[in-house]
Amino acid sequence: MTVEIRTTGVKPIRNAFTHLEKRFGDKNATRYQESAYDIQPLVNFHYKPLWEPDRDLYDVRRTAVVMKDWYALKDPRQYYYGAYTITRSKQQDALDRQLDFVEKRDLLRSLPLAARQQLVTALIALRHYEFGANMNNSHMAAYGFGTIFTQAAMMNCMDRLGMAQHLSRIGLLTDGNTGESLTEGKRQWMDEAAWQGVRRETERLFVTRDWFELHVAQNLVADGLVYPLFYQQFDAAFAAQNGSALSSLTDYLMRWYDETNRWVEAIVKTAATESAENATLISGWTTKWRDAWVAALQPIASQILGDKGTSALDAVTTAFNTRAGKLGLKL
Amino acid sequence: MAADGNMKPAKKLSLKENYAMLTRGLDWEPTYQKKEDIFRMIDFEGIKIHDWDKWEDPFRLTMDAYWKYQGEKERKLYAIIDAFQQGNGQFNVTDARYLQALKIFLTGIVELEYASHRGFCMLGREFPGAGPRIAAQMQSIDELRHCTTQIHAISHYSKYFEGMANFPEQFDRVWYLSIPKSFFEDACTSGPFEFIVAISFAFEYVLTNLAFMPWMSGAAFNGDMSTVSFGFSAQSDEARHMTLGIEVIKFLLEQDPANVALVQKWIDKWFWRGYRLLALLATMMDYVLPKRVMSWGEAWTIYYEENGGALFADLARYGIKPPKYADVTIKEKGRVSHEMWSVFYANRDAVNFSTWLPSEEEMAWFSEKYPDTFDKYYRPRFEHWRQLEKEGKPFTCKCLPQLCQVCQWPCLYTEPDDATEFLHRETEYKGETFHFCSDGCKDIFADEPEKYVHAWLPVNQIYQGNCFLPGVDPTAPDFNPLVEALKYMGLKPGVDGGLLKDSIDAQRWEQWTSRPANIHEGAYTDFVRKTTNG
Repeated sequence: MTVEIRTTGVKPIRNAFTHLEKRFGDKNATRYQESAYDIQPLVNFHYKPLWEPDRDLYDVRRTAVVMKDWYALKDPRQYYYGAYTITRSKQQDALDRQLDFVEKRDLLRSLPLAARQQLVTALIALRHYEFGANMNNSHMAAYGFGTIFTQAAMMNCMDRLGMAQHLSRIGLLTDGNTGESLTEGKRQWMDEAAWQGVRRETERLFVTRDWFELHVAQNLVADGLVYPLFYQQFDAAFAAQNGSALSSLTDYLMRWYDETNRWVEAIVKTAATESAENATLISGWTTKWRDAWVAALQPIASQILGDKGTSALDAVTTAFNTRAGKLGLKL
Repeated sequence: MAADGNMKPAKKLSLKENYAMLTRGLDWEPTYQKKEDIFRMIDFEGIKIHDWDKWEDPFRLTMDAYWKYQGEKERKLYAIIDAFQQGNGQFNVTDARYLQALKIFLTGIVELEYASHRGFCMLGREFPGAGPRIAAQMQSIDELRHCTTQIHAISHYSKYFEGMANFPEQFDRVWYLSIPKSFFEDACTSGPFEFIVAISFAFEYVLTNLAFMPWMSGAAFNGDMSTVSFGFSAQSDEARHMTLGIEVIKFLLEQDPANVALVQKWIDKWFWRGYRLLALLATMMDYVLPKRVMSWGEAWTIYYEENGGALFADLARYGIKPPKYADVTIKEKGRVSHEMWSVFYANRDAVNFSTWLPSEEEMAWFSEKYPDTFDKYYRPRFEHWRQLEKEGKPFTCKCLPQLCQVCQWPCLYTEPDDATEFLHRETEYKGETFHFCSDGCKDIFADEPEKYVHAWLPVNQIYQGNCFLPGVDPTAPDFNPLVEALKYMGLKPGVDGGLLKDSIDAQRWEQWTSRPANIHEGAYTDFVRKTTNG
């Protein structure tokens, strides 16, 4: 048996906005589609930006990549603001339980001094890497073309601030909320030789203006090496010596990374598949930045993983190359 | 770090300490690249900042708190929107006339939220301090939220009514929508300091209640559960944004005395530009909403003259004066909505919403709310136009009006001291004549003529034959720029614009609801009469 409720029989005169009907036919649109497609103005711009008078406010010429339809760059997660914040808040609830577990039992504070020092060296400096990624994604969201890409970049930008704060929390759990680990992490980031390659390359991203290149360099290449190196390779080595307390907190970063990669890869793959010119361009960027980042990561890999550093970085690089190949890139 | 075996309980952190710790020392101190190469936009406007650390992020929200707080608000909002859609809430609004307000909102305002999102995102990249950058990013993603949730709140209406379905394209093309579009593009193409003074201070802080009142209270008064739920949900975001607005202005003024003159110039400019933008809302508030919240004149008295007066008294210690031409806005407050509704009525075939003339009862309300102006200047006009409607030859404007080079309204305002005299200013620049609706707009042009000569003025573009769809031949002997322009703007004759009583929306409304399409005029069709008589 079913229970029937009769409602007013008025039929809609259309099922979707005109711009969505053109793309998907006259059927109900999803909330993602309503939020993401064709929102950014396209024509009849009024003024020359004082900060870039030879371009329009929104301008396809801010990247060398060429797309027939910029709205092909969709996010497989279909995040609009509501879906995004609700997902993140649920994940944060789960993470809070982990943090609480570690805090109550002093799991990081009670590690041996050498292990805590190692943890600070390997992970706390990465707060600044994340904050750099925050600024770079802000650049993509500000100067990118097409709401469908820029809104996802905006969410990624905020995610990176969240990751920087999560790493700070790991520091505070290690130093008992004194903040000493944060100060020490910053000192190492600024002064220790092993970190300087990473810092130098991050600063080089700050002066990379082509927003699509920046997406490739930051979100595909740099993250594609940094995340597995620190949160898998280092994490596994650290856990072998010190148990899995730290892994229960880095797991969040890896889960975020896996989820975000679906978006990162979809963007790269779609653009690279669009034309041979795009594929060549993006392959070139990927190779250039991969070589720079692998070289930059070598010293810190050796510092935190000792004689296993090189083989760990090699493994990460090989996995990255395979991944890039699957996206249609030739390195 | 403490050595082994010497462990005191971990220190408890207050919320404020926690925020400070989590963002402590996070900011970038570049040594491999020059700071001016990383932050390229910060010097050209001439604002002097000596200590960026003095500008703390006023929101002090960590991302985990932000996600949870906002996620919870989104859950509640979408539960209401879902219920609204399931229960056919679109038929619970006052009448079909109210829907005309939603058309203006979706086509004219939603895209401003989007522009604001992009503008703040640029600041979130370009400000050299961590606090300001994070604050700008937070506001940026909030504005993205507002754009998204407004679309979701209104999309259901578009399934039942005309004039909303192609809102992004119309924002780019419909002539009067260049008023809001040019406003935000002006801000986004400025430098970062001008943008934040324009949007955070002049618009969000000084004028925001004047924007919220017509839309959100208007929605509440007229049974629009979907839109008003957005309004309630956005209130706490707006409160944060207003805080940023006042903090930023104080920061700029405290950093260097040389900033005062620049900030004053921007306040003058953006107050006037914002005020002209709000004329759209003034018109909506007085003429479109079937159930009114208050009159524009009353709103201006409370939200600008009283609240704004107190604000500028407070800022006087920095050397800031009330905005230039604030006196003109007070002189105009009894006129703006009547003058601009006349413009829309006369040009009703070229807009995306329908118009009507105020009823006797409404005119009595206007007489009471506007005792100095309505009976003297506007009642005779509306009575004359009503007579013409009765005779079957309603008044229309046969040609498109001259637009102001800055605010892009038709130059049909009247002299501050003489409501019977159209106000028209012009200036010559590089051998060309430019037209203005006011001294305020003329001054803005005079300060930056190179910027404003690039304004995309729809009427000029139409007459130059630049507004037609691909495949149309402007050299063909029967080429009619006005007819082609309507197609270009996505306006369908007989469907969009025109008189409400003749509109398809009104007919459908009465057919579907058996209630009058305009509560002030009674039934337009037999659908209502049948029900009420039977």
